[in-house]
Amino acid sequence: MGVISNGTTLLDAGALDSGVATGAMTLIKTLTASSSANLSFVDGSSSVIFDNTYAEYVFKFYNMHPATDDKNFQFQTSVDGGSNYGVTATTTCFRAGKNEDNSTSTFGYFAADDLTQSTSYQRLDAGRTGNDADSGMSGTLQIFNPSSTTFVKHFIHDGNTHKSNNQSMHALVAGYFNTTSAIDAINFQFASGNIDSGVIKMYGIK
Amino acid sequence: MAIISNAVTIADAGAFSASLGAMVHIKTLTASSSGTLSFVHGSSSVVFNNTYPIYQFKFFDIHPATNAAEISFNVSIDTGSNYNVAKTTTCFRSYHTEDDNNATLDYVGDFDLAQGTGFQPLALNQGNAGDESAVGTLTLFNPSSTTFVKHFCFSGNNSHDANTPGAVSGFFAGYANTTSAVDAIQFKMSTGNIDAGTIKMYGIKDS
Repeated sequence: MGVISNGTTLLDAGALDSGVATGAMTLIKTLTASSSANLSFVDGSSSVIFDNTYAEYVFKFYNMHPATDDKNFQFQTSVDGGSNYGVTATTTCFRAGKNEDNSTSTFGYFAADDLTQSTSYQRLDAGRTGNDADSGMSGTLQIFNPSSTTFVKHFIHDGNTHKSNNQSMHALVAGYFNTTSAIDAINFQFASGNIDSGVIKMYGIK
Repeated sequence: MAIISNAVTIADAGAFSASLGAMVHIKTLTASSSGTLSFVHGSSSVVFNNTYPIYQFKFFDIHPATNAAEISFNVSIDTGSNYNVAKTTTCFRSYHTEDDNNATLDYVGDFDLAQGTGFQPLALNQGNAGDESAVGTLTLFNPSSTTFVKHFCFSGNNSHDANTPGAVSGFFAGYANTTSAVDAIQFKMSTGNIDAGTIKMYGIKDS
């Protein structure tokens, strides 16, 4: 940050941030879906930072709405700048659900949405997301230390989905990408069909 | 914050602080074969009082020196002279092994406390292979209250020990059962040193 008047730097020359508390959570990038096949955040592309600048990255999902009914919202990562999204992962998933008509309550481990040393996309909605006009999925995904070349890459997701059968589903997904290569890109999509609408914000935590 | 020159306010009139963010980094500690890591109010630039209503501690790749040990914590009400506040806590986990032989969601009674003054684990059977570690976020609410007990919530993920490698997603919560202000917190492994890892402390404003 600096104070510049008529082309002259009055204060700072860009170094003020180092001396002034600017908050620990920094917005890096916002992507908005509009009939999008996928949304990707790639280090070094479109102003995205996804390296060792931050020890933790947080992705917040706002009303991810599928073009096709009853589809999983999911993600994978890349160790080659987004050329390939298929890093081996072992993960867990459990969920709590409730139907609007009070007919069904669900709680338990959900093996259908975990991964066992798999390179598939990881589902984040523990069921499938509906595409009624008011349906969608929102939540928060944390990825810790993605640039480490020593440790596996742990992640934790906590989100909620409005399913096509008018059910509220709370999904808690966590695990690790079993690689010691640095992760430098992440891709979000529905299992099939486009992301009709929705916003993903990427933050770095200092 | 404002920018004032020769007694004339050039910009802001005092409103700049609104853009500074609610999450403030307080202190980072990095382990290197460390017995403990402690954050003590008033020591080494640590603020741990009523300045913030919520404090968060983030764990990055905590690596134990000893296999099947757990990162754990306790709090102090006498600025770190003693870490032994009574706690009642809960623990449940979601566990999935790399060979797919175990996929479980269960309460883990071995890792809870019932008015125990010992350290509270924040992981389950951590592995100490070269690439194994634990991560997570511990949130401590209103530690300076002299009215209420001190609630905490933790969620994290760790690599299970190498005998049965897998992902363990741990959820720990509870309260330190004291109406005295908590002013220090200490982390250590259940046995052996913290070989490596980083813990960052944050204060959450206006919450």
